[in-house]
Amino acid sequence: MAFLDRAARSLFLTELLGGMALTLRYMFKPKVTINYPYEKGPISSRFRGEHVLRRYANGEERCIACKLCEAVCPALAITIEAEPRDDGSRRTTRYDIDMTKCIYCGLCQEACPVDAVVMGPNFEFSTESREELFYNKQKLLANGDRWEAEIAQNLAAEAPYR
Amino acid sequence: MAEFWSGFLLPLIIMVLQILAIVVPLLVAVAFMTYAERKIMGSMQLRQGPAIVGPFGLMQPFADGLKLFAKEQILPEGANRIVFYIAPMLTFFLALIAWAVIPFDYGVVLSNINVGVLYLFAISSLGVYGIVMAGWASNSRYAFLGALRSAAQMVSYEVSMGLIIITVLLCVGSLNLTDIVRAQETVWFAIPLLPMFVMFFISALAETNRAPFDLPEGESELVAGFMVEYSSAPFALFFLGEYANMILMSAMTSILFLGGWLPPLPIAPFTWVPGIVWFALKIALCLFTFVWVRATVPRYRYDQLMRLGWKVFLPFSLFWVVLTAGVLVTFGWLPK
Repeated sequence: MAFLDRAARSLFLTELLGGMALTLRYMFKPKVTINYPYEKGPISSRFRGEHVLRRYANGEERCIACKLCEAVCPALAITIEAEPRDDGSRRTTRYDIDMTKCIYCGLCQEACPVDAVVMGPNFEFSTESREELFYNKQKLLANGDRWEAEIAQNLAAEAPYR
Repeated sequence: MAEFWSGFLLPLIIMVLQILAIVVPLLVAVAFMTYAERKIMGSMQLRQGPAIVGPFGLMQPFADGLKLFAKEQILPEGANRIVFYIAPMLTFFLALIAWAVIPFDYGVVLSNINVGVLYLFAISSLGVYGIVMAGWASNSRYAFLGALRSAAQMVSYEVSMGLIIITVLLCVGSLNLTDIVRAQETVWFAIPLLPMFVMFFISALAETNRAPFDLPEGESELVAGFMVEYSSAPFALFFLGEYANMILMSAMTSILFLGGWLPPLPIAPFTWVPGIVWFALKIALCLFTFVWVRATVPRYRYDQLMRLGWKVFLPFSLFWVVLTAGVLVTFGWLPK
């Protein structure tokens, strides 16, 4: 009987038709992909994207050149040089992040005592050359100005857990 | 001069216009077939498919075509230049000339020859030459293996396909495609000859090297099979030829089993629709099934493919030829 059963199954293509019915049903299901450049998926408030250097509301840069981020960085991607500014406050003269070295672990933003270096929600910063990925202080501060609204929101959302 | 005009030039111009009236819609159909395939497969895999170029991505095939023709042509070292370039042209040419005998509606056919089926069968058998030539001329192992597989596969399935066509011919009593369609006015052959219809469709999949029988271009082992060395315009010709062949096989399925241009029921709302629309709808249905099968089943192994062709389809179709002939003779249903 088992033989007959198997023969009948293959003769009447039951398994094949079952599979075809399945694909036909799937055709009418909602699609799971999104229209990426025009639609974007949700990202977490803990998302670790492109780095930024933030400023206070009065325009003063937050970074105090403690170099904790440079020390903690496992990929040695951060380079900082610092000296006292004219008004006596300690500030960086150089703050470089080599984005080609960065592993996006987020330790720098954990180490920062003043929330100056933060990894923002931006992940679309591909460039056409390697050199463009060597970020300097100017670029990082510009990033901070650009993403401040989103970052402030994310930090506020994460504050209870830190 | 008037003699020359009415005796030669005018018929020539009319003939060229008729040919263009077939070839241009065919090529447009091929273009949108690639689009439809990507969209349908996308839907079945819960993806969107092309959606950027033009409204709903409708201009995608033209963007692809432009891209293909803008690419660099590469002639492999040691390739036979002449055969290498003739092969894609042959494939494309054969896919087009078969349409000469396809009746789109009653009397709407370029050349109403009385051995239309034989002509179609001959042309589709010749298709293997383009592939073998491409594989041999490329001077590449992958291409050569792909071509060998393709040749073996097409020859195997043509045998059972021929027997299936004979079954239909027994019921019609004519090789003329118009007569074949008109013989289905009472009932489409897909109903009394259902197993033959299914086997014909599966053989058509194998004949056009489509999934699950796309071994000649099985990318997991042969990169791209016989067309691995082709780029740019010759590749585009292979691509167009392959899709034109799919449409041709769908047209053949419609004519032999689905009643060609005939409406599903010979009553009022169906008969208002012109026959050519019914024919196009049936072709579209077959093409949808081509894509549907591709989205559903995995590729056959080579020995399974040969087993199916020689040990299942061949005896089965032979049995049905004998059975059909026996039934027709016993009940005196043989066509006059």
